[in-house]
Amino acid sequence: MKLQEHHARRLLGAQGLPVPPFRLATSADEVADATAEFLSEGVERVVIKAQVLVGGRGKAGGVRLAGTLAEAREAGAAILALTIKGIPVRRVLVAPAARIERELYLSAVIDRTARRILLIASAEGGIEIEEVAASRPEAMLRVHAHPHLGLLDFQARRIAMGLGLPRDLQRGFVRIAKGLVATMLAYDCDLVEINPLAVVEVPSPEGNRLELQCLDAKVTIDDSALPRQPDVEALRDLDEEDRTDRAAREDGINYIRLEGTIGCIVNGAGLAMTTMDLIKRAGGEPANFLDIGGGARADRVEAALRLILADPAVEAVLVNIFGGITRGDEVAHGLIAARQAQVRDVPMVVRIVGTNADEAHAILADANFITAESLDEAAVRAVAAARQPAPAR
Amino acid sequence: MSILVGPETRVLVQGVTGREGEFHTRQSLEFGTRVVAGVTPGKGGSTAVDGQVPVFDSVLEAVDRTGANVSVIYVPAVGAPDAIAESVDAGIPLVVCITEGIPTLEMLKVVPLVEQAGARLIGANCPGLTSPGSRAKVGIIPGGIHRPGRVGVVSRSGTLTYEVVQALTDAGIGQSTCVGIGGDPITGTSFADVLALFRDDPETEAIVLIGEIGGSAEEDAAAFAARELPDRPMVAFIAGRTAPEGRRMGHAGAIISGGSGTAQAKVAALEAAGALVADTPSQIPELLRGSGVTG
Repeated sequence: MKLQEHHARRLLGAQGLPVPPFRLATSADEVADATAEFLSEGVERVVIKAQVLVGGRGKAGGVRLAGTLAEAREAGAAILALTIKGIPVRRVLVAPAARIERELYLSAVIDRTARRILLIASAEGGIEIEEVAASRPEAMLRVHAHPHLGLLDFQARRIAMGLGLPRDLQRGFVRIAKGLVATMLAYDCDLVEINPLAVVEVPSPEGNRLELQCLDAKVTIDDSALPRQPDVEALRDLDEEDRTDRAAREDGINYIRLEGTIGCIVNGAGLAMTTMDLIKRAGGEPANFLDIGGGARADRVEAALRLILADPAVEAVLVNIFGGITRGDEVAHGLIAARQAQVRDVPMVVRIVGTNADEAHAILADANFITAESLDEAAVRAVAAARQPAPAR
Repeated sequence: MSILVGPETRVLVQGVTGREGEFHTRQSLEFGTRVVAGVTPGKGGSTAVDGQVPVFDSVLEAVDRTGANVSVIYVPAVGAPDAIAESVDAGIPLVVCITEGIPTLEMLKVVPLVEQAGARLIGANCPGLTSPGSRAKVGIIPGGIHRPGRVGVVSRSGTLTYEVVQALTDAGIGQSTCVGIGGDPITGTSFADVLALFRDDPETEAIVLIGEIGGSAEEDAAAFAARELPDRPMVAFIAGRTAPEGRRMGHAGAIISGGSGTAQAKVAALEAAGALVADTPSQIPELLRGSGVTG
């Protein structure tokens, strides 16, 4: 589950990381109000950032600076009118624009091969970090956290020195790096990324001094951990979730809407992906991914088929079940019940193998479903069925 | 005849009294597996599966009384890490965790315990493993799809594994051992770990590897195979060529992130290592035959 930047900033702030103050706005007026408050506190310029879960906000014009109320209102209006990678911008974050002296990169990810949390840091933070990582891996510093103890001080110090940070910033960096890993552990994150972690100039009585600040935050939560992170799950951005994906999720059905015309219902994620691949290979486009899970009863199958048929783009459905604990006859009953409730007549190709497959075929033959023996054949038949004009009613 | 399980395997089932534990233990017994004990804390002293399996309150007691040496876990996600820890602490050398939905951080915490105990964990979120020749079925792979033989199968998937095994059996190609390593990002045993075992098994003459999007396990396997099993025919299939970027496709580990973990990259790595990569599961048998596998 992805978190919006403003939620991610709050989680990092709660773990003690230096997150500058910010305000949220959903209209140009609110952007102006927030800016006025910052300006009255002595801030010279603000940054206004689209709050969307997709990347590339900056390149899409979703991050802008403003030094006056008029500029802020104009920039806010412009960003709130944007659609970035298909997502309309509904909210922006307004924060003091920092005087950036250096941009660092810092993130924590799960290293699957090492089976540890991996901390990655670079002295070359900013929007080209992927280019840096790809072309100069030596510019990326890496350290694995201990699975039970987290990140140790000496590990963070080593990174700080490797980044060439002056001594008076190293202690702050150690706190940030440890806080990052602590955030990961506290909220079951798959990813915590600060880019840039900036060295900024702040005014002080003795003249300007330097300090570290988190100027962006990206956090992804492990979906498997959501049941034990209810406060974090409450931060889910429902506006950016496809409506059908949401209905499926709330029904406990593993479903992802895609662009095509052939709906699929499969038991098992790998088999579901394979079914989609074979549909494509047969010249069709899958309309969705749907894993019905193990041991599905008729009511779950019915709910799954209803979800798929609610998508007007679907012109045929392929059901592929290899039953172990899942019983073919249960699946067949669910399919029949769902189709009876349908208004649209969509051809369905059903391929059931395994437990009670013979019973399933008998039940389905009586109900005029198209059946197939092999998965290859089922895919070809589903693609062909989608191309037939709908029968006259 | 097989890796990891064999005639000496004595299985203990953690969660034997639950719906899934009961169903799959019944199937394992029918297949011929020596299931000697079940563990459900609080239900010790009873029996499961129509009196066939004695139930104990703890793994330690079950091992002490029955000599169980393999554990299979059907405990729900909340209790599964503890179940793994309990088994390795009791000295069980092979633990197979079927459970899906264990948080990644929990797996990160329990894997070092398994390593410290010198034990092996398979899974989590896996269908388990089966050796048809020794009639040992530790997990949920349906028994009826197998045929004893000389091809080793290793897979991240569940039902896709069944699809492939069925295709092999229908083509007259038998299996030495089928191992499901699971679909989570952190697994107890990797592809490369299983390839090492197949490497040292004189009865496994060829290998089928079933992968999917996400992570770099297939790439690591390819590098290992090129170095350690250059003369063992390997046929692979990778699911998820049409999966979109950034979405978790069912399995916690099946996600393409920032452009990496794509099926295409995995296919390329495997081909570069000398493996043949099938376009469909049904093509696997003919690719094996083409590599000289006879039955």
